[in-house]
Amino acid sequence: MTQTGRTARYTYGYRRSPDQDARAPARHPVIVVGAGPVGMTTAIDLALRGVKVVLLDDADRIGEGSRGICWAKRTLEIFDRLGVGEQLVEAGVTWKLGKVFLGDDLVYAFDLLPEDGHKMPAFINLQQYAVEKVLVDRVLELADIDLRWCNKVVALEQRNDGVRITVETPDGHYTLDTDWLVAADGARSAVRDLVGLGFAGVTFEDKFLIADVKMAAEFPTERRFWFDPPFHSGQSALMHRQPDNIWRIDLQLGPEADAQAEQAPERVIPRLKKMLGDIPFDLEWVSVYRFNCRRLERFVHGRVVFVGDAAHQVSPFGARGANSGVQDAENLAWKLAAVLDGQADAALIDSYDRERAQAADENIAHSTRSTDFIAPHSPAERALRNAVLSLAPHAEFARRMVNSGRLSVATVYDTLLATLDEAPFAGSAKLGAPVPDLPVRTRDGRSGHLLEHLSGGFEVLYVRDGATPSAPDGVKLTVIGEDLIDEQGMFAQRFDASPGATYVLRPDHHLTARLRSFDAGKVDAAISRALGR
Amino acid sequence: MKLVTVTQFASPDAAYVALVEARRGLSEPEAAALDAKLVLILANHIGDLDVLREAIALAKPNSASS
Ligand SMILES: Cc1cc2nc3c(=O)[nH]c(=O)nc-3n(C[C@H](O)[C@H](O)[C@H](O)COP(=O)(O)OP(=O)(O)OC[C@H]3O[C@@H](n4cnc5c(N)ncnc54)[C@H](O)[C@@H]3O)c2cc1C
Repeated sequence: MTQTGRTARYTYGYRRSPDQDARAPARHPVIVVGAGPVGMTTAIDLALRGVKVVLLDDADRIGEGSRGICWAKRTLEIFDRLGVGEQLVEAGVTWKLGKVFLGDDLVYAFDLLPEDGHKMPAFINLQQYAVEKVLVDRVLELADIDLRWCNKVVALEQRNDGVRITVETPDGHYTLDTDWLVAADGARSAVRDLVGLGFAGVTFEDKFLIADVKMAAEFPTERRFWFDPPFHSGQSALMHRQPDNIWRIDLQLGPEADAQAEQAPERVIPRLKKMLGDIPFDLEWVSVYRFNCRRLERFVHGRVVFVGDAAHQVSPFGARGANSGVQDAENLAWKLAAVLDGQADAALIDSYDRERAQAADENIAHSTRSTDFIAPHSPAERALRNAVLSLAPHAEFARRMVNSGRLSVATVYDTLLATLDEAPFAGSAKLGAPVPDLPVRTRDGRSGHLLEHLSGGFEVLYVRDGATPSAPDGVKLTVIGEDLIDEQGMFAQRFDASPGATYVLRPDHHLTARLRSFDAGKVDAAISRALGR
Repeated sequence: MKLVTVTQFASPDAAYVALVEARRGLSEPEAAALDAKLVLILANHIGDLDVLREAIALAKPNSASS
């Protein structure tokens, strides 16, 4: 891959670990392989739950290349719980409008956050290396994470009670033992190969030019997508704003394009000039990609658990790659912490496989549909696609089929961990989904949002009705109407709350049970169930 | 207008995928033959000549699909 920007945004040094001098292999509760966004999120979440983590990465740097730019609300909510959400929102570009054009004509527009009162925006755009930098800084603040650069996993042995790995460093090899190994080592996962697993799916024939361009342009802060634009006839194009006057431009090149030749500035610049006209610009980064949608059949293999791109890969239309990986990380972290703490059996980790496989299937289905729409496989499929596009200006049903990427939203887990509703509930809160955010006021009069007041553990939200319920040991009880005031009535609306209504939240803020009135036994049973007991 | 042009599908994407998958691997003439059969089947299912005429008008090259 050619690159016109700098090779490394941030470089870190290798440091020898005392483990390398140990006589017998050192043993750790969790080793995370890969310090990408997903590995770092896993490590931070675990550390905040009191689990000691060794985090290994084969590189000494972050920020090579231009990859993810769109971070979804759910991901930002997770980052906020981990202590970096506000910082990222401040650094990023907030947006929620998308427009789709056919030629020069607008055929479809969307607004991503119809529900107001959320702390986090629908989406921000921020370069992946900037997000990774913030995560590394957070990792370095946490004494429970031992981050080791230039540590490459090269061999692996599954044992009855854990995993033994061989790590290659500039000083040679050493061996480590771990109760659990989290493979966050990306789409080309070495761990996946070492365990001997296949990675099946679809590779799309079309090639896409991805360019990050620096220019002082006054284009709107919207996601703009064109089918068959005048400046790039017969293909599609995407333009999206990033901070610091950087713009992401994707140009579809078709299946025949020569990936190598297309990255040369003398090829790229004229293509961009056709799009941008007289605006002066600099190339920050250029690359040509072919996209894949594929996944592991199972994400849990003994004591090895796969997260992020190591487990599943999607095309970028819909921004579901890093976003879903971060959601894998948070799903796994509390479960691993509960198992290591003896609160749950190792079998709880199977629910990670079930829940995140459901999410991966959703993400793959959406990305595949979008990519199929953008890059039809055959003339026969293209004819159907073009028929939809040409009907779109005239018929609403066709506009609804125009697909330039359906953007990432959190999965509603269809999960055995949830306790089925005994009484009906309306509202936007859904069993198995992360609870919706909303404005609240605290007892001492401060305004804020529901999610920032939630603990990282199991939590019971109870709507005051005069009783004095008590939550099980170690579970936080928040009384709505006392601890948190539902000033704008949004809790009542979104949770379909009535006096006495009781909601049980998992540590990842997914709603796992709700009752019309508090019942200590039922709350206890719901928490046991959510722990797989 | 009797013709319904707002979507009637809960998931328009899923409906589109069903149509794409039906033609996956077909040549253009094969896909055209498939489409012709689909038109006949769906037209009969609608069973209303006025609606059919409106649909034809919407689909004609010099109106919608220019
Ligand atoms: C053009 C493009 C645009 C994209 N846009 C978006 C977007 O807008 N939104 C979005 O959510 N996603 C997007 N993605 C996807 C996103 O970049 C990936 O999903 C994300 O990087 C996956 O994170 P990860 O932590 O799982 O893996 P990676 O980021 O690949 O990190 C893996 C890490 O593991 C390390 N490693 C590898 N092998 C070993 C080993 N043997 N030992 C130790 N360490 C190892 C690597 O050095 C690396 O640091 C895009 C991708 C592309 C290509």
